[in-house]
Amino acid sequence: MRDDYPMSLEILEIEKEAKDLFTIFVKNTLDGFVPGQFVMVWIPSVDEKPFGVSYLEKDRIGITFEVKGKFTKKLAGTKKAGIIGIRGPYGIGFPDPDSSTIVIGGGCGVSSLAPLIEKIKKSNSIIGARSKDMLLFRNRFKDAHFTTDDGTFGKKGFVTEILEGKLSAPDKVSQVFCCGPEIMMSRVIEICKKHRKKCFISMERYMKCGFGVCGQCMCGDKVVCKEGPVFESKDVEGNPEFNHFARIKSGKKVPVSDYVRWRGCE
Amino acid sequence: MITIKSDFLGMKLSNPLILASGIMGTSVGSMNKIADNGAGAVTIKSISKEERLGHNNPTMFSFGDVFMNAVGYSNPGMIEAKKEFSDIDKIGVPVIGSVIGTKAEDFVAVIEELKDIKFDAIEIPLSCPHTPGFGVLAGQGTPEATYRITKAVRKATRLPIIIKLSANVPDLTIVAKAAEKAGADAINMGNTHGPGMRIDIDSGKPILDFKVGGISGPAITPVTVRCVYDIYQSIKIPIIGTGGITTGRDAIEMMMAGASALGVGTGIYYRGFDVFKKIANEMEDWMKKKGHLSLKEIIGVTYEG
Repeated sequence: MRDDYPMSLEILEIEKEAKDLFTIFVKNTLDGFVPGQFVMVWIPSVDEKPFGVSYLEKDRIGITFEVKGKFTKKLAGTKKAGIIGIRGPYGIGFPDPDSSTIVIGGGCGVSSLAPLIEKIKKSNSIIGARSKDMLLFRNRFKDAHFTTDDGTFGKKGFVTEILEGKLSAPDKVSQVFCCGPEIMMSRVIEICKKHRKKCFISMERYMKCGFGVCGQCMCGDKVVCKEGPVFESKDVEGNPEFNHFARIKSGKKVPVSDYVRWRGCE
Repeated sequence: MITIKSDFLGMKLSNPLILASGIMGTSVGSMNKIADNGAGAVTIKSISKEERLGHNNPTMFSFGDVFMNAVGYSNPGMIEAKKEFSDIDKIGVPVIGSVIGTKAEDFVAVIEELKDIKFDAIEIPLSCPHTPGFGVLAGQGTPEATYRITKAVRKATRLPIIIKLSANVPDLTIVAKAAEKAGADAINMGNTHGPGMRIDIDSGKPILDFKVGGISGPAITPVTVRCVYDIYQSIKIPIIGTGGITTGRDAIEMMMAGASALGVGTGIYYRGFDVFKKIANEMEDWMKKKGHLSLKEIIGVTYEG
């Protein structure tokens, strides 16, 4: 029989990564975690939300988040030795990267890819953000490609432009892993399709159970928490809801842009 | 030839296993998945007049055989539901529409708004143990309220009506009879139990954000079996047994107590989406071993025996 309740853990450390971006570290209690899987983070008496894991060490894990709504404000305000609950890991993660895998992270999306970037040649990773002060891991992965929308760090423009360049070059590329805004992932899928490359993306939806029971995170015919959050692009191509609709807390289906705005306040 | 086909309220079911409301019933996509995994019929997540956000997380967790939830009837409301479920005829099995309300008029309003949706039956839960304004907390489980709400719903629809009762009432047979008298076509015997509560001892806080929640999972099977057995001979309308069914043995046991159909919800957590196929196969294997040809030979035998 299984147990799926939050295990309470002391916060070992809380670090500022960039503007409004923090990482909390707790003891590593995850059994067989695969990067791309997620955990449910509980702040007692506040709420519980799904997060990726950005630091996967033998003794501790790190969870990187952007301070946006009520929950992440509380999380950023927790102190060392404060208690949070963790349950998981849940869902399907990314496959094992090989030496010719390209990893692309946009905004906070790079956090769930970071344990994979640790494993690969850093120059095969592309990390993008709106601006330098919101860019994650520029000291952690010095040899990665960086892009900013406003050109304040790295190349001015989007991660997809670097990807196009890499796929057009004669270098061998086996597959592409990607996590970021759905509009960006959708574009990455198109580019990979054009170049006939395998592509895996990681989806985000509002979740309740996290283990495939409640139906809250449905995206078309996909149960995101259980059959994802990582999907091979061919499994979401033609999905009428991917990059178009998502469900808010009541279960109401709204355009992704409205969903993102709502999530920012939650 | 062994068959577990079921004719239930005019619905032709490939097996008596019905997806219980509240689990994977949010969309046509989710219910299609359950139908593909062998359910005989599916029930939508309950719809109220207005949109409801429900409780904050954690809304669900488990400790071994015990599963707890306090979702708080989150749903998009009847206007959105009309869009969401407009193409339920794409689902390959019968679909039961679950409707909730705080007053009898609310149930009627939702049923009227959803009248063009091709439901095969309407289910009325009067038994949620953990949502203020609904079910047990609103006194909907008393014989008087059950009669009044069932009567109002009866006037509002020609579809078969299933009244979903709570195990947490002292006079179960009286409530079941009240529903029958008011025109119900079937009883769904069993919602989650409790409410119960668990506290995280490191923070000293309740795990469920709503503090208390309904209990489901294999642990509650004995209570459901007893409840089905209790009401079986007091009413003539058929019973759906819901609560704890996880294996083929549980399913057979519930039918021996008097259930004609079976609700499966939390079983998905314990055995996956294909819990329906698994239970159906286990039922058939058992029947083969015992020489039973159809479910009619099993339903209610414990009473006669």
